[in-house]
Amino acid sequence: MEVASIIFAILIIAVLALGFGAARWKSGDLHQLDEWGLGGRQFGLLISWFLIGGDIYTAYTFIAVPALMFGAGALAFFAVPYTIVAYPILYVVFPKLWRVCAKYGYVTGPEFVRGRYGNRWLALAVGITGIVATMPYIALQLVGMQTVIGGLGITGTGFSAHLPLIISFLVLAAFTYTSGLRAPAMIAIVKDTLIYITIIVAVIVIPRELGGFGGIFAKLGPVKTLLAHPPKGSTGIYSGYATLALGSAMALFLYPHATTGILSSASSQVVRRNAVVLPAYSFMLGLIALLGAMAVAAGVAAMPQFAGGFKQYGPNFAVPALLIHTLPGWFVGVAFAAIAIGALVPAAIMAIASANIFTRDICREFFSPNMRPQSESQIAKIFSIVMIIGALLFIFGLPLKYAIQLQLLGGMWMIQIFPSIVLSLFTRFFNGWALLLGWLAGVVVATYDAALNHFAGAIFPYHAFGYTFPCYIALATFLLNLVVSVALSFLFNAIASDRINDMTVAEDYG
Amino acid sequence: MATNAPLVPRQRASWLRILLIIPFIATLWVPFFNHPTPTLFGFPFFYWYQLLWVPLSSVLIFIVYRAES
Repeated sequence: MEVASIIFAILIIAVLALGFGAARWKSGDLHQLDEWGLGGRQFGLLISWFLIGGDIYTAYTFIAVPALMFGAGALAFFAVPYTIVAYPILYVVFPKLWRVCAKYGYVTGPEFVRGRYGNRWLALAVGITGIVATMPYIALQLVGMQTVIGGLGITGTGFSAHLPLIISFLVLAAFTYTSGLRAPAMIAIVKDTLIYITIIVAVIVIPRELGGFGGIFAKLGPVKTLLAHPPKGSTGIYSGYATLALGSAMALFLYPHATTGILSSASSQVVRRNAVVLPAYSFMLGLIALLGAMAVAAGVAAMPQFAGGFKQYGPNFAVPALLIHTLPGWFVGVAFAAIAIGALVPAAIMAIASANIFTRDICREFFSPNMRPQSESQIAKIFSIVMIIGALLFIFGLPLKYAIQLQLLGGMWMIQIFPSIVLSLFTRFFNGWALLLGWLAGVVVATYDAALNHFAGAIFPYHAFGYTFPCYIALATFLLNLVVSVALSFLFNAIASDRINDMTVAEDYG
Repeated sequence: MATNAPLVPRQRASWLRILLIIPFIATLWVPFFNHPTPTLFGFPFFYWYQLLWVPLSSVLIFIVYRAES
């Protein structure tokens, strides 16, 4: 694996250097939060495409989706409908958010909510949801990187085995501090180019060795190849699959890092065009999912040289093992570097997005209302480092299962801000306090249902009229949230409407 | 803080937006596509059908985009 390790190291070091250089790119005054945390809202179609794509299709996605395919089969393919239906939502909803935020200088989603409802507590709930959901997500990016570093043969449990990862993330923290969003934007271009090359080569070369796709699916077996037929009296895994896709798509652009990617675009036009071209990534994600099936067909799990890797990383090791088994050493280096850089881009954007929220929606709003722009960007920079170091401690201090469980919960919590952000772009019917109570109901019940699943499954079997509807917990509890928000809005608006607090005007949403 | 003129011209919402519902129906109704056949290049129907909807939905969004700009 020496050739692979050398190529890997060269690419990673080059990319980290690029991160520092990015501060000078399309330069602006990095003492302004707009400049540091949104790259100056100036990215055109191409950069935004790389940035948002690099942001939402993360290293963890590239490892976890094929790992699910490897273990569970067809269910993992929900990632495809998920990332298909996300784009009509992006097209219809988020150009509106871009325009309102650009007009009023909002840097975060919660700021929009505060402007719309004049309710700082609702905005706080929205902001904290984002930060809490993001922390384990950054931690899981580390897992993606850890797995490929393990694949290169650098394994063990001691401090020295973790050293490459720790150094990479400390450097990441440093260039995030100096360059802000410009760093991941620039690195995303390299990362995605490498990822596309890797996938194109993998889907051409690997099936040839495994008897074509026909041979691969034959070895995957009929049970794993399709979804199981629902049993009598239940919609079975069919409704589980569909609700998982829909609920994930609804939550996707509400994550702070995704919102940040959108708001950094140069215009709402760029956002709309991206809804047309971003699906290219979804196609690639579908092919990446199939790497899990290829790993089954290649039989890597039974090979003695990979026993250690599977023992340490579980099914997450399927793709690294497959690539090592089937591709030449130097190309393994390129592929692994692509995955590792795929961890750095979203991790940086997640840290920046959380820092923007911390600064604007917690610090400035609750502690220091007269903050100068310079202190604002200074606080954001420091908080981005706190997020990255927090994620490192998370991975090394706690068992991995907590990060996975929290990320699972994160998706269920994230969707609860859908009414506050998405629906509020279309109507001012809602009352801020009603939205807050709806959010609370959604978060509490989602957490409770997930606990009934022992935090291990996202799909819960809901019963109604003697029928069983297995449903993604996020989507079911979103409906509860919506019912509570609507009912209480009627009630609260009748008593004392908060419509007068709206800082925005109807034309903003035309 | 609010000014009356929006920064960018309004985007006309076209009735063609109704097309954007199609990808939801096509990819979320599992009985449509949970079948092994017909296969294409060795892919069971389940897989190539869903992958095919990636470019198809992109085309639908493009049609709406053109109609609105």
